Amino acid sequence: MSHSTAGVPKPIAGPSAYLDDRLGAGNFLRRNLRKVFPDHWSFLLGEIALYSFIVLLLTGTFLTFFFKPSMEHVIYDGSYEALKGVGMSAAYASALEISFDIRGGLLMRQMHHWAALLFIAGMMVHMLRVFFTGAYRKPRELNWIIGVIMLSLALFEGLTGYSLPDDLLSGAGLRITEGVAISLPLVGTWITFFLFGGEYPGEDIIARFYSLHILLIPGVLLALISAHMILMWVQKHTQMPGKGRTNNNVVGAPFYPAFMAKAGAYFMFTFGVIALLGTFAQINPIWLFGPYTPADISAGSQPDYYMGFLEGSLRLMPSWEINIFGYTLALSVIIPALVPLGIVMTGLALYPFIEQWITGDRREHHVADRPRNNPHRTAIGMAGITFYGLLWLLGANDEISWTFHVSLNWTTYVGRVLIFVGPVIAYIITYRICLGLQRSDAAIIGHGVESGVIKRLPHGEYIEVHVPPAEDIEAHMRGKEPIPMISGVDTEPGGIPPKGLRGPIGKLKAKMSKAYGGEKIPLDDGHGHGPAHDDAGEHAAVGATEDKSITH
Amino acid sequence: MTDNMKDIEQPDERVPKRIVGTPSPATSTALLGREENTGAADVPGVDLQDEKTAKKGEKIAALLFTVTLLSGIAFIVSYVAFQVGDVERARISNLALGGSLTLALLSLASGLVVWVRMVMPKYKLIQERHAMASDGETRAYVGETFLQGAAESGITKRPLLRRTLLAAAAPLGLAPLVLLRDLGPNYSDFPAKLRHTVWGEKTKEGKNRKLVVEGTGAPIRAADFNSPGGILSVVPEGYEHDLNALAKATLILIKFRPEELKSGTNLNWTHDGIVAYSKICTHVGCPAALYEQTTHHILCPCHQSTFDAADGAKVVFGPAARPLPQLPIAVDEEGYLVATGDFPVPVGPSFWERGDAEAEVRENGGQS
Repeated sequence: MSHSTAGVPKPIAGPSAYLDDRLGAGNFLRRNLRKVFPDHWSFLLGEIALYSFIVLLLTGTFLTFFFKPSMEHVIYDGSYEALKGVGMSAAYASALEISFDIRGGLLMRQMHHWAALLFIAGMMVHMLRVFFTGAYRKPRELNWIIGVIMLSLALFEGLTGYSLPDDLLSGAGLRITEGVAISLPLVGTWITFFLFGGEYPGEDIIARFYSLHILLIPGVLLALISAHMILMWVQKHTQMPGKGRTNNNVVGAPFYPAFMAKAGAYFMFTFGVIALLGTFAQINPIWLFGPYTPADISAGSQPDYYMGFLEGSLRLMPSWEINIFGYTLALSVIIPALVPLGIVMTGLALYPFIEQWITGDRREHHVADRPRNNPHRTAIGMAGITFYGLLWLLGANDEISWTFHVSLNWTTYVGRVLIFVGPVIAYIITYRICLGLQRSDAAIIGHGVESGVIKRLPHGEYIEVHVPPAEDIEAHMRGKEPIPMISGVDTEPGGIPPKGLRGPIGKLKAKMSKAYGGEKIPLDDGHGHGPAHDDAGEHAAVGATEDKSITH
Repeated sequence: MTDNMKDIEQPDERVPKRIVGTPSPATSTALLGREENTGAADVPGVDLQDEKTAKKGEKIAALLFTVTLLSGIAFIVSYVAFQVGDVERARISNLALGGSLTLALLSLASGLVVWVRMVMPKYKLIQERHAMASDGETRAYVGETFLQGAAESGITKRPLLRRTLLAAAAPLGLAPLVLLRDLGPNYSDFPAKLRHTVWGEKTKEGKNRKLVVEGTGAPIRAADFNSPGGILSVVPEGYEHDLNALAKATLILIKFRPEELKSGTNLNWTHDGIVAYSKICTHVGCPAALYEQTTHHILCPCHQSTFDAADGAKVVFGPAARPLPQLPIAVDEEGYLVATGDFPVPVGPSFWERGDAEAEVRENGGQS
């Protein structure tokens, strides 16, 4: 690459040389400027979260200039007539000031709230994409764990931010947080008193949440996001199966200029949509709720959606409480507050390792699975979504009851059953759908695609002409691989299983491996191998001479 | 070390030897790779756009960028033109600022997309991927070097050094945790505090504390609160705006016909069918603020715990495990409702040290 730089304009060449002389950045850029990024719409979901986070930092910084994180009692004297002369905390008064007396304040507040909702939504859908395509597999387990930690932190970040304006609605959320914390066995009272600086609500919590919300948690999030991005960069992105794509390459567009411009555009889209929502879709109109008092609440109080599943599980729980040796174990609070969250987060964190344990698969994976091709994983994922989704829905059971005119109590009773039955049904249905889709793939590979052309054979029979699938679609389907199994699970009855598969845990492992792994519906089942040309006997006329213009 | 500096070779083309006034030579190859020479239509995986599409794309993108330019100006103008200060003006300012910002961002985004899709080539570049793991030789080298370094440092050979260093780290690591101690109050205070509310305190004059209406602060004459089914949200006199007191002492006051009250209610603590319960839900502490007259149900809007107000506020539905505690009330010589004592049991959510306070009260014959 000796002397091809004649065209680099001086204003760029000069500073570049200056930097390269001092940083040696050229070597890095040489390797990375044309780094290839694979294309798929679903790979952009995580970017929504990333860009929302940047918008959160920008709008949040603006808000800190005007917000007063203080619970000092003041008498409101701002420009919102309805609350003039009302006693409230300085925090709430300053949140009102931001909304009505600072130009752009309301916009920044609303954009901040919308960006927070989008941030968590982006993380969730991104995580689901990674889960269902198996993109968490080796070597990406660590990045998956970082993601789970970030999601947990983001929930806490949302909770602390939501409590800051100190309006009646945010106070209700804070009260529930306190009620949950204080019911924890052994440490609950301690934790609460340390968090609130004494009894609820005290005078400290807003200031403490403020420093957690604007410094500690975002700092940790920023560090983890950086680690997440660096790992993604170093390990390169996974790609969907397709023509020319293997486990040993990356096919796509170069970072410079195409991916860079696309990413910039996507940032602007995210930013723009948040601005759109912040402008036209009112969110958290704190002035309507009034200042916080522990004596009041409005009916239909709801948390932000990402807390809905905890709200739902609290509502669903029967009133169990145990008193033993003079101590109280408030199961009706502890179980719903900790168990669903624990199941979801721990399950997510451990899944890559459990899968590895069951399949015995220690290889690197860089080609994403199509969800149908790992039916058990997909079914487990859907069962998880159903579990979470039901809890989330039941967090609004009063609204459901009100809207659909059903008994509130019955929404709870039905919910208590559904929360156990629903995931099982979802599992079974999803599993069946996956196998059905695999069969449909096998049919396309084996028989070709219906062309819509009806042909009459010499002896009078009518057949529909099938044509081979388009090359890229076929390559996409043929990216399927059997799910690995531990070797030795197929020991004959009476035979001696290999070491590690003996004993109860070993036997369970072998059983699970056999169920989880393998090829459920082989692509070329019963039709030999290769394209469908050999199938003339069955459907006839998958002719190479036929018109290939199928729609897809 | 510094002696060697002059030996570092500068790439020829980077050494500035230009005579002033001559055209600038190329100075660096660092930033741009070979493929950058546009027009290289034969680069595999780079499928150039035809000029007609590119020309069209350029025009559309330029139009969109111009929209961004104008909206950006509109944003700045809006900031100056639209003042805030009341709800209506805040709304208009928000629309102008947000609308122009939205338009600017979305048209910039669209312009970039048009640029990528219509002007830039279609790419299908292929890059090799290598296993993440380092090769065996590297691993072996790192392993050896690590051990060698450890040996050189003496940390393996000299246990005294190692152990004292570890021991030294422990208190330093604990120091930040110790510093957090004053976040909370004294331990001796807190479980006890949770058991009492301000209803247990007499007023400065040594009298029983009056029940006053939340919001207005007006004391309640029992004779005036006389329509059955009536309900009031009540706070303690003297603590009308003390949030810490209200978080435990807020009441819900209900008037019954005497025959409606059932055995769960302590009749000695009522006055003429008027009953006072803690408004703080025993589940997680929301104010149980909804009341249904016909069924006498108190409902907490947070998680729908439902209490039967006629029957000692026992739980009839929902996650709350205990009834809302009842406050002993009576009337003073002027006929105003007052509290004759504190709640017999802690109000609000359960906590570890709470124990079965209700059972203790029963054992003590209904007195706290």
